[in-house]
Amino acid sequence: MNESVHLSKQFDEDLTGLRTHVLEMGGLVEAQARAAIHAYASGDTAAVKDIVENDYRVNGFEKIIDEETIHVVAKRQPTASDLRLVMGITKIVTDLERIGDEAKKIAKGARRVHEHGQLTLPRATDVRHVADEAIAMLHQALDSFARLDVVKAAEVIHADTKVDTEFKALVRQLITYMMEDPRTITTAIDIVWICRSVERIGDHAKNVAEHVIYIAEGRDIRHAGKEA
Amino acid sequence: MQQIENKEVPPLKAEARSLNFFYSEVQALKNINMPIYDKKVTALIGPSGCGKSTFLRSFNRMHDLYPGNRYEGEIRFFPDNTNLLSPEVDPIEVRMRVGMVFQKPNPFPKTIFENVAYGLRVRGEKNRRVLDDKVEHALKGAAIWNEVKDRLQDLAPNLSGGQQQRLCIARALATDPELLLFDEPTSALDPIATGAIEELVHELKQRVTILIVTHNMQQAARVSDYTAYMYLGEMIEFGKTDDIFIKPQDKRTEDYITGRLS
Repeated sequence: MNESVHLSKQFDEDLTGLRTHVLEMGGLVEAQARAAIHAYASGDTAAVKDIVENDYRVNGFEKIIDEETIHVVAKRQPTASDLRLVMGITKIVTDLERIGDEAKKIAKGARRVHEHGQLTLPRATDVRHVADEAIAMLHQALDSFARLDVVKAAEVIHADTKVDTEFKALVRQLITYMMEDPRTITTAIDIVWICRSVERIGDHAKNVAEHVIYIAEGRDIRHAGKEA
Repeated sequence: MQQIENKEVPPLKAEARSLNFFYSEVQALKNINMPIYDKKVTALIGPSGCGKSTFLRSFNRMHDLYPGNRYEGEIRFFPDNTNLLSPEVDPIEVRMRVGMVFQKPNPFPKTIFENVAYGLRVRGEKNRRVLDDKVEHALKGAAIWNEVKDRLQDLAPNLSGGQQQRLCIARALATDPELLLFDEPTSALDPIATGAIEELVHELKQRVTILIVTHNMQQAARVSDYTAYMYLGEMIEFGKTDDIFIKPQDKRTEDYITGRLS
C-alpha cells in the first residue's frame, strides 16, 4: 500500500474514513457470527433476538460505505492504488454484508434446533470447531485488510479448503443420523443449514482476502485455482 | 524505465532511441527510449518541467528554431525508417508529416478557409479544386465542417475557442500528416469543447498516430491507449494506459497519478 500522503488532505481523510468504516463493519459482522455460533453451541437462544435485530446495523454500514465510495469516485477520480482500494472496498462490503446474513441465519437455526429440536446433539462441538475456524478466517482477512498484508491474506485463502472439508464431513455425519432415525430429519436439516452458513462465512472470508490481494498488488486471483 | 509486458504489440510509427536533448548546457531529456505505436494515442504525463513538451516538440524539429539547442540519439520514423533528427532531413518535410496543435488555439488572422489551406499553399498547391476538396476534407475530419461550411470566408479569430482549436486541428490535418502532436490541446477550453476534442482524438486515430501532452490525468486515461510518465527529463514508465492507471509498476508513477507527495 502506498503510505505517502496525498496533496489533498481531504482525500486522505476520505480514504481513511472509508477504511475505518470497513473495519468497524467487519468487527460488527465478526461479533455477530461469534454470537450466533455461541447461541447454537450453548443453547442460549435469548441472544438470537439481538443478533437478528443487529443485522440492520450491518446493512446500514453497507449503505453508508457504498455512499462514501460513490462520493470518493465522483469527487476524486481515484487512480492506481487508490482506485483499487475503493473498488476493493465495494466488493469487501458485499461479502461482509452476506456474512452478516449468514450469522442471522445461524442464529435463527439455533433457535429452531434448541426450541423444537428432536435431537440431542453430540456434534454441536464439531460445528463449533469448524465455525471457529471460519470466524478465525474472517478475523485474519480483516486483519490483512487493515495492514494490506498479502501473506496473511494468502493464509486465509488456503484455510478455506480445510473448512470446506470439515463441512462435508459434518454433512456426511448428519446424513448417517437421518438414515438411522428419520425423526431426526427436521433438526438434522436445520443443522445442515447451519453448517452450510458456516461454510459460506469461510467462502466470504476467502473472497475478502482475495480482494485484499487485489488492492495491495493489483493481481486478480479469483477463480485461479490453487496457484494463489 | 519499466516496460509492461504486452502480448500484442502494434506496429511502430516512430521510436525514440537513446534520445538526449540539450537547451544549450541544460539537459532536458535523458536517454529516452520509447515506442510510438501506429494509429494509437500515446499520452505523455508528468509534472511541469519534466520534459514532456520538449520531447513532443522534438518530433517535428521545433527546437531547430533556436540556436544552441542540441539533439543526441534518434527518432526513427516508420515505415521508411527515417531518423527525424538527422541534419540531412529537412525540417519542413518533417513538419508536413508530423502536424502539431498547441495549447492555445492560434489561428492565423485570415479566413477560415485560408487557415486550413495555408499548409497546402506553402507546399505549392495552387489548384482551386484540390484546395477546396482538401479544406473540406480536413474540416470534416476535425468535426467542424457543419459549423463553418457557410462562413468559410469569415475571419478565423471570430470563432469560439473550441471551434478555433478544431480549426487548428483541421489546419494540421490538411497536409495529411502521419503523426499529430497535441500539446495540452484542451487546457484553454471549457468542458464541452474539451469533450468535443477528446471525441475527435478518438476518431482521428483511425487515420493518424497521435502523441498528446496533457496535464489532465483523467484526460490521459480517457483518450490514450498508451501512457508514458516522465519526470526530470527521464522516461520513468511506459505502458498500456489501463495498466498505468490501475497498476503502475514504479512508485514515482503511482505517487504522481494518485496525487501524492513523494
